[in-house]
Amino acid sequence: MIHPIPPGTRDVLPDEMRELRAIKDSLRATFEAAGYGEVWTPALEYEEVLRIGDENAASAGYRMFDEQGRVLALRSDMTIPIARMVATRFGDEGPLRLSYFGQAYRSVEHTSGQQREFLQGGIELIGVPGAAAEAEVIALTLAGLDAAGLARHRVGVGDGAMYRTLLHALEVPRESRGPLLSCLARRDLVTLEARVTALGLARDARDILVGLPELRGGPEVLERANGPAGDAVQGLRVLYAALEEKGVANRVILDLGLVRELSYYTGAVYEVYDPAVGFTLGGGGRYDDLIGRFGAPRPACGLTLDLQRVHVAQAAEERLR
Amino acid sequence: MKESLTATGGSPGGLTIAVPRGALLGDTLDLLDRLGIDTAEVRSNDRKLLFEDVGIVTMRPSDVSTYVEHGAADIGITGKDVLLEAPDRNVYELLDLGFGRCEMVVAARAGDDVLGESLRRLGRVRVATKYPLIAARHFSETGRQAEIVTVKGSVELAPLTGLVDGIVDLTATGKTLAENGLEAIEQIVTCTARLVANPVAHKLKAREIDSLVERVRASA
Repeated sequence: MIHPIPPGTRDVLPDEMRELRAIKDSLRATFEAAGYGEVWTPALEYEEVLRIGDENAASAGYRMFDEQGRVLALRSDMTIPIARMVATRFGDEGPLRLSYFGQAYRSVEHTSGQQREFLQGGIELIGVPGAAAEAEVIALTLAGLDAAGLARHRVGVGDGAMYRTLLHALEVPRESRGPLLSCLARRDLVTLEARVTALGLARDARDILVGLPELRGGPEVLERANGPAGDAVQGLRVLYAALEEKGVANRVILDLGLVRELSYYTGAVYEVYDPAVGFTLGGGGRYDDLIGRFGAPRPACGLTLDLQRVHVAQAAEERLR
Repeated sequence: MKESLTATGGSPGGLTIAVPRGALLGDTLDLLDRLGIDTAEVRSNDRKLLFEDVGIVTMRPSDVSTYVEHGAADIGITGKDVLLEAPDRNVYELLDLGFGRCEMVVAARAGDDVLGESLRRLGRVRVATKYPLIAARHFSETGRQAEIVTVKGSVELAPLTGLVDGIVDLTATGKTLAENGLEAIEQIVTCTARLVANPVAHKLKAREIDSLVERVRASA
């Protein structure tokens, strides 16, 4: 008898579980050794509480009612629940270093081959502003993936607020800014170029707005951003110096076009890549306002990994050896 | 970013390119020729799908964005119609290649106002299409209620048999429409061929992709 399970979910049998567990253990040991204590939060949250963190409840895909008729949502990311927990359970003491492993849920197109239940693992560094904290999180993620058996992974680093800053600095009319940001988020560089050109800006302003999203690579990228763009990449310059200090700058791709879809990021954003997987292995960023929305303002940054995708990359790496 | 392909040769830049069969094939291969990619074998063999030596995989245009999204090809060429019909595909749209120009139109039987009549008396239009998303969005944005019937084959047949009042379809010259007694009555959007890229390849193979984009721009 075949009894179905919903598309995008899966049973994990011992062979897969053993390998997944090994990856999780390597990451956990790396995080633990760096002082990141593991936490656990419920998969079910009150929807209205998730909405405090993000107006779409981070696009939660599944909702239900409890016995009192309150709306529950299955979490779609781990960062909002952790922000809620930090604001609720911790005082204002020094830096908090936290790690987690758990399932999150998103609705997906049935035939897309994407997971609706996925296993996430990651770290959050809370209470520390500045680039050194971000470099710590990025370096620790790279180290965790090394320990898990990956070799060719890279972290892309961008500034989620940069394009918006630039539109302001170049005096692009307010009503045109939203559509341009939305082109960038959709990665539609053709429409972006057409819309920017239609604004009739001065030649160099136009070239900056069209060319910037395609600037990605090593530190030369920062040199190529000049004029108003040079000011906008100042934050990335500082972060790059911190990454050099950590000795991981050569595994970082600076990406001036990088944007992340979640609304709570306030500055730097990150994505993790491996040549064996066509999708990002994970992502994160700085979210200095998020914990404050739950009533206890503290700067924070973090990075999360999709462990099933990390597993695909690890298996591909093993085949190459 | 399937390594089995790129490791055994691949295109000059080491990229795997998804190439659409059908109406866009000729112009796409001409473009690749201008970039110095040898397409002779693709031209001479219309059954083979995978050309490892030159890093080309061929497929239906509507599959290009799927292969590119999953990283089975680093870059690809497909119509804007395909991208509009599957807006959740996570790919970079890098360039408008200009060729393969078509109009997405609403068409109905020539001579009488079936659509208007249906809307006035029955409160809705019935429309057949291979592009249900584009069609639904067009009627919704123009404030009309529409019942969208998805068909896979020749859409022109649907209004002739009374299945629907009109169709939404892509037309280059209007010839097929005219031959079936249909005429375009509304333009929805102009579609041309686009160069798309996998988001991870766009970062990890930035140099190769940028060099290809530059050469495409220069050859235009």
